[in-house]
Amino acid sequence: MNTRFTWFNATALAFGFSFLYLPILLLVIYSFNASKLVTVWAGFSTKWYGELLHNQAMLDAAWVTLRVAFLSATLSALLGTMAAYVLVRIGRFRGRSLFSGMIYSPLVMPDVIIGLSLLLLFIALGVPRGMMTVVLAHTTIGMCYAAVVVSSRLVSFDNSLEEAALDLGCSPLDAFFSVTLPIIAPSVVAGWLLAFTLSMDDLVIASFTTGPGATTLPIKIYSAIRLGVSPEINALSTILIAIVAVGVIAATLMQSRVTARGGDQG
Amino acid sequence: MNRFRRTLLIAVPYLWLLLFFLAPFIIVVKISLSDTAIAQPPYVPVFDPALGWAGLKDFLSALDLESYVWLTQDSLYINAFLESLKIALISTSLCLLVAFPLALGIARTSPKRRPVLLMMVILPFWTSFLIRVYAWIGILRSEGFLNQFLQWTGVISEPLAIINTPVAVYVGIVYSYLPFMVLPIYATLEKMDGSLLEAAIDLGCSRTSAFWRITLPLAAPGIIAGCFLVFIPAMGEFVIPDLLGGTGTLMMGKTLWSEFFSNRDWPVASAVAIVLLLFLVVPIVAFQRMLERQQEAAR
Repeated sequence: MNTRFTWFNATALAFGFSFLYLPILLLVIYSFNASKLVTVWAGFSTKWYGELLHNQAMLDAAWVTLRVAFLSATLSALLGTMAAYVLVRIGRFRGRSLFSGMIYSPLVMPDVIIGLSLLLLFIALGVPRGMMTVVLAHTTIGMCYAAVVVSSRLVSFDNSLEEAALDLGCSPLDAFFSVTLPIIAPSVVAGWLLAFTLSMDDLVIASFTTGPGATTLPIKIYSAIRLGVSPEINALSTILIAIVAVGVIAATLMQSRVTARGGDQG
Repeated sequence: MNRFRRTLLIAVPYLWLLLFFLAPFIIVVKISLSDTAIAQPPYVPVFDPALGWAGLKDFLSALDLESYVWLTQDSLYINAFLESLKIALISTSLCLLVAFPLALGIARTSPKRRPVLLMMVILPFWTSFLIRVYAWIGILRSEGFLNQFLQWTGVISEPLAIINTPVAVYVGIVYSYLPFMVLPIYATLEKMDGSLLEAAIDLGCSRTSAFWRITLPLAAPGIIAGCFLVFIPAMGEFVIPDLLGGTGTLMMGKTLWSEFFSNRDWPVASAVAIVLLLFLVVPIVAFQRMLERQQEAAR
């Protein structure tokens, strides 16, 4: 759309982005506060980061969360890519609308419902709760997000490339791995990342489906927040925000370089 | 593709979702029809396949709607439902009010700047939801940044009570779900043909009425999608009302959580889940239809 950029647009952008970033900025600044009172500035200090490093329970929870996120994101990317392929490339089959319904509805389904229903399933099946049940739960949600991301890419790319490979004697499996997969790879990576962050982020579903010895970081942070604000949580938040920011910016730069290179060739 | 591979490709994700998404709901329905019991698991009846047909008959006859009747008798649940509806509707409208100008602003910058601005909208979404809600506790509480600032400027003399009220929940929901509203609206605005606006203005339309008669109707699909994406999860939200709304703010998600974890009343928790789900089925199906139509159109 090409219309004049007005002062109204500028104000909207300024207001919108300050609304988005001011809370995060305050959180980060006050993680370097020497005072234990989170909202009263008492000089610069990094002592809360030091205390965090000695908080063994927090570190254990972080390690559990990372493993859960890695496993569930990998399974999600795999299942999500299959599901996307089914949705986009395989036309009609019996039960297709149920299938697409099951892909789309977890995207908006409240967490409490998914968490409760999965826990009741695990209990009914007699599965002991722990890290694996959280991985299964997160994979179920993550694969739907991955499927949506990958299918939007599959829709936009030219089917004739795959058909050409088949005409030239490729087996369907070969055609998928040597033609389709390289083209949709960025979206599979994006789906993996989305599933990974969703898993890292989830409190509600993990609270329902976890068991003894598998406390994830959000569960730990949540119980700490319920006791009140503390600079240690600010420090932990800052570390997590920094990791995400670096990751997302790097991914965006990479993506734009790939697009630019693709543009040169095309 | 040969038949076997095709079937396998469909079957793996299909069976996964049947087992981990659909089957659990059937169990929730079943438990919502059971009664509480001091046992492990804490409800009766428990189906025992070893008892055969007679066992199944006994099992079915022991199921009843007691939990649902209970939900209608205690005003707590009805209030929680109405409160959820109110909070979700108000937050969705506020979210639209903040998101639309932002999406419009991004769509009107030069095409070169748009990806960066879009990334800046999405970036907070990648950081932990819990942390973003936590950040607002520090701002909204009585000795928080907002009250400090307002007292310093002299606008107020006594701190405002914002935290532990519905207002804090609105702020939390608008903040957390903003990208879900901005992105679909931006997607429709970006595709809009600017010459339509120019034509309207050439033909004597004022800028304001051109906005109401052209920009807004063309952005409608994005607005509707964004409202679905905010309203549906907001109805069942747990973290935001729990951390920002305090004990006074009841919402369905919170009720479900406390029935399950504090009261250990599984049948009532399941009944709450089913009622919430039945209420959300209409918007969820409508949303899914919309996504499918868009995908058909893109193909």
